[in-house]
Amino acid sequence: MNKIGQPAAFYDLEGTLVSTNLVHTLAFYAKRQQGLWQTAKKSVGTLAKLPFFGLTDLYSRNVFNEVFFRSYEGLSQDRLRFFSEELFEEVLKPAIFPGTFDLINSGKKIGQRQVVLTGALDFTIERMMEHLGIDDYVANRLEFVNGYATGRVLPPVMASATKAQWIREYAERENINLSDSYAYSDSISDLPMLSIVGHPVAVCPDFRLKQTALQHDWAVLDLR
Amino acid sequence: MALELRRKTHESIVFIDKDSAPRIMPNGEDFIINDLPVGTRVIYPNPPIKGLPNREAAIRYAVNHPIEMEPLYALLEPGMRVTIAMDDISLPLPPMATPDLRQTMLEVVLDMCGANGVDDVHLIIANSLHRKMTEWEMKRMVGTKIFNEYHPDRYYNHDAEADDELVTLGHTRHNEPLRVNKRAIESDLLIYLNINLVPMDGGHKSVAVGLCDYESLRAHHEPQTIRDSDSYMDPPRSALNHKVIRLGKLVDENCKVFHIETALNNKMFPEGYDILTRNEDEFSFADRLKWETMKRTFSKMPRAARRKMLHAIPAQYEMIGCFAGKTEPVHDKILELNYRQYEIPVKGQCDILISGIPDISPYNVYSALNPILVQVMALGYHFNMYRNKPLLRKGGVMIITHPCFDEFDHKFHPSYIEFFHRLLPESRDAFYLREKYEREFATNPAYIEMYRRGNAYHGAHAFFMWYWGENGRQHVGKVIVAGAENAHVPEMLGWERADNLTEAIAMARSYMGRSAEITMLHQPIIGLCNVSD
Repeated sequence: MNKIGQPAAFYDLEGTLVSTNLVHTLAFYAKRQQGLWQTAKKSVGTLAKLPFFGLTDLYSRNVFNEVFFRSYEGLSQDRLRFFSEELFEEVLKPAIFPGTFDLINSGKKIGQRQVVLTGALDFTIERMMEHLGIDDYVANRLEFVNGYATGRVLPPVMASATKAQWIREYAERENINLSDSYAYSDSISDLPMLSIVGHPVAVCPDFRLKQTALQHDWAVLDLR
Repeated sequence: MALELRRKTHESIVFIDKDSAPRIMPNGEDFIINDLPVGTRVIYPNPPIKGLPNREAAIRYAVNHPIEMEPLYALLEPGMRVTIAMDDISLPLPPMATPDLRQTMLEVVLDMCGANGVDDVHLIIANSLHRKMTEWEMKRMVGTKIFNEYHPDRYYNHDAEADDELVTLGHTRHNEPLRVNKRAIESDLLIYLNINLVPMDGGHKSVAVGLCDYESLRAHHEPQTIRDSDSYMDPPRSALNHKVIRLGKLVDENCKVFHIETALNNKMFPEGYDILTRNEDEFSFADRLKWETMKRTFSKMPRAARRKMLHAIPAQYEMIGCFAGKTEPVHDKILELNYRQYEIPVKGQCDILISGIPDISPYNVYSALNPILVQVMALGYHFNMYRNKPLLRKGGVMIITHPCFDEFDHKFHPSYIEFFHRLLPESRDAFYLREKYEREFATNPAYIEMYRRGNAYHGAHAFFMWYWGENGRQHVGKVIVAGAENAHVPEMLGWERADNLTEAIAMARSYMGRSAEITMLHQPIIGLCNVSD
């Protein structure tokens, strides 16, 4: 672990700083397809897949990511980017937890670099990162061929241990002191990322993360 | 010999002789009974002063006949901004039976505000860096009617981290900064409702401490100030009090404060549990039956259930006086009443002081008394309940009874956990801890948000609790915990452990000598020992 350098705060995004998750974004795009038929087809398809998404997420976040992003297959890059502004204004911005800004500002006050690691797609969160005043972020990237999404995510896929690995490399590169750094997440799938910093914090945690946090005497925070 | 030992020097002081009954003492959420060595001096609380028969009338009289100020009704004008601040859940202890005294004071004051056309009224709980009260606690404190009318927009907790809700008043001539609640200070009139449980409370502390921020608080909640307080329960000899008075004068320069202070008697327990504060030699058959029943019931219950049960017993305090008006003269009057109720003249210090630690403290209402709080009760509150000179001789041994379980409330005391497990193994030096770590904890973003949005004590509060035991730590030669269920908690606190009280007394005697004078504070007690030679 790096012993010198600047402290940072590493945040998961969905469920941690905002109340939405990846499905909200997918549903938003599903409702904005070209033509009524496409819109209805995509919306019903998304709805039907919800239990499946839930089950795969319970099983493994990596498997979930693989399955989930296939739903974007065939969507045009232009369309996805075009609606990203609206996605921010209508879906993401209202979903920011009331305590999110205060938490980020408290971190900034003590000189922490603010970093978000999210499984969301990069183009969906650009505006949000700017709005929150985040210094750096890393998100998943869809593969596009001839301007259309293939449904595959370019590696590294941001989830579980990959986030921890990314943080380690980032800390090395940017001279971040992980012992003095904080990590915030709502999900047990982010346990690796929480485990490598000096100050892990469970935010509005799921049941398993809450139990883990209590067992390890980690701070448990509710930004709602 | 026995007759001589039994001679009472004061009605609250008893000497143990050969046929004395064993003494009951608290042991966390439990009570134990133990024989004490012959000659041990046992100090009980004074009998409760009879409460005023009509407290509402007494409060009304006080606000209509204030000291060095105009009556409240004369200060109220239609259209003015009024803020009513009040003590938080740390007072009184345990929380009193409803209606809480603050509810009665509020009913009188709000009635008067309404009658004088004052509509812009905010109610603020002066919790300072204490945890914010939960909605249920807030409702219990002021009653459903007031709660429904004012909460959440006009009845809320003070937030010491909300920059836009605070205003800087400047510095005292000793350069102590003061930033306080903006709404309270910028009001045309600030009314403070106080319950003065111990002499340390009330007066200028109410506003200058209860409504301030971290930077203001750390100017006086620090080890040197505590070391210089002899004791902090004796205001004229308390450096803490002197600093608070300076800050209070700064408040007075910026805001009109109308103080309403009340004093309570010490009727802590309802009938049935009152045996816990009485002389065991005088127990009737019924009292012994009560004790046996209590003991058997408690022995069958898990700790959490015992705690829940004890916290569900409301105190039966009665108001013995109320004064209103200018802060200082009002506080002086209330202190007189406090001393009348609590002061116990004690002749001579002791070499060994025994004090059971009950599950009652200002900081663990509805939660566990964690190791840091056990420390603050022993070396802070119990040690400091004196005037003139400490009950325990310098270098003497303090014996406490408590299981010292390694248990913390994650919701209320998150920073305490880190303080205990991360910092104490490195150092117990209050100055070192303050210098190296206090600000880190105070600015920890997670702790700040847990304080602001949850019900956590501020990140720096664990440090203040450690400093609070500083003069006790400097004075006491050794602390022995009788009945500690583990070795590591006493060790981390710098204490020794013994399996039981008998063993602890033997250890203490081997340190202080066979002829060491032993005194026991019969806890739970709100009593102030005025110790003379």
